[in-house]
Amino acid sequence: MKQLGDIAGVFAYLSLLTVGGGMAAFPELKTLTVDTYHWVTFPEMLHFYSLGQLAPGPNMMMVVSIGAVVAGLPGAAVALIAFFLPTGILTWAIGRVWTRLATWRWRPAIQTGLGSVSVGLVLAGAIIMGRGAVTGVLWGAIAVVVFLLLLKTKINPAYPIVASGLVGMLAHWL
Amino acid sequence: MNETSPPTKPPAGAPPSLGRIFWVFLVMGATSLGGGVVGYLRTGLVVRNNWLDDVTFVELLSISQTLPGLNATNMSILVGDRLRGARGAVLATVGMCLPGAILMTAAAYAYGIGGDDPLSKAFLHGIAAGALGLIVVVMVQLGSRVLKEIADYVIVLATAAAVAFFHVSVPYALIGAGIVAIWWHRPRAGKVHKPHNEPVGERHHE
Repeated sequence: MKQLGDIAGVFAYLSLLTVGGGMAAFPELKTLTVDTYHWVTFPEMLHFYSLGQLAPGPNMMMVVSIGAVVAGLPGAAVALIAFFLPTGILTWAIGRVWTRLATWRWRPAIQTGLGSVSVGLVLAGAIIMGRGAVTGVLWGAIAVVVFLLLLKTKINPAYPIVASGLVGMLAHWL
Repeated sequence: MNETSPPTKPPAGAPPSLGRIFWVFLVMGATSLGGGVVGYLRTGLVVRNNWLDDVTFVELLSISQTLPGLNATNMSILVGDRLRGARGAVLATVGMCLPGAILMTAAAYAYGIGGDDPLSKAFLHGIAAGALGLIVVVMVQLGSRVLKEIADYVIVLATAAAVAFFHVSVPYALIGAGIVAIWWHRPRAGKVHKPHNEPVGERHHE
């Protein structure tokens, strides 16, 4: 019961930080699930995060995996609800008044200002993720190749990411 | 459509049934592989079902990106609410989340069984490196739409450095940098500020 409460608290809190995308919450996600609560190790968290990028739908479904690791199916359900309900209610409420704020003078300032901050948070998340994911030249090369491929082509990201995994396996064999 | 929300004019006919909303979002939630959920949303909502026009889609997307929460679920809520009110919002969101949630629950159990195998570890580590490439692309695309002047880049670097190198926790960074950035772009007399809108044709990875 205590664990379910912790899961609810952690993921509800994290959800409020996902401004501009799930990656913005990555630094706190790591701090809380790895360093504070020791639910998963950093490599485990990275693995779930990356699998979550491959899964269909919202790209932070890895919160459900962590919930399941900690407390089974109830943990998964609590993580899911905690992560999506608070921001969901907020979005629903603000969505209803937002168009009425169309002429509000501060609206463009808020949109532009928070846009920059969210890019900064994603960059911070990418740096922290890179410390765990790029543990050698091979992994750095994989990241760079996938980056360039996705930047230059319209290929579905799932393909190069799965290919990255296969390259990792191949390297393990050799 | 709820009466209090301003008219967005779904292009044609009566609003879809709740069951239809659930189904369409469930299909998008199950098929949007590879993180390009925004592209799938546009195809499903604007092109296939004609529930929104492109202008409304872009408007809702810009709300989704400004507010906390993921684009995929924020869009589900906003679109569901426009089509059939609160119940539409709930069903759209549940449909969007259900397939991925089931899959990632299964992944957690599979990981418990096979996660320690060195070969699956090598696979997962490769995936993590690839996913990092994806994250950086998403960031570059987001940045190219949002960042307009040098001050914006300064905000980006200061926020990132504070969190990644000086261990400032995200909420403090968010509030601190947010206040500075909003103040920088504050409304000033004589200056017409256009909000950033999404170029719709562009491919989005998130």
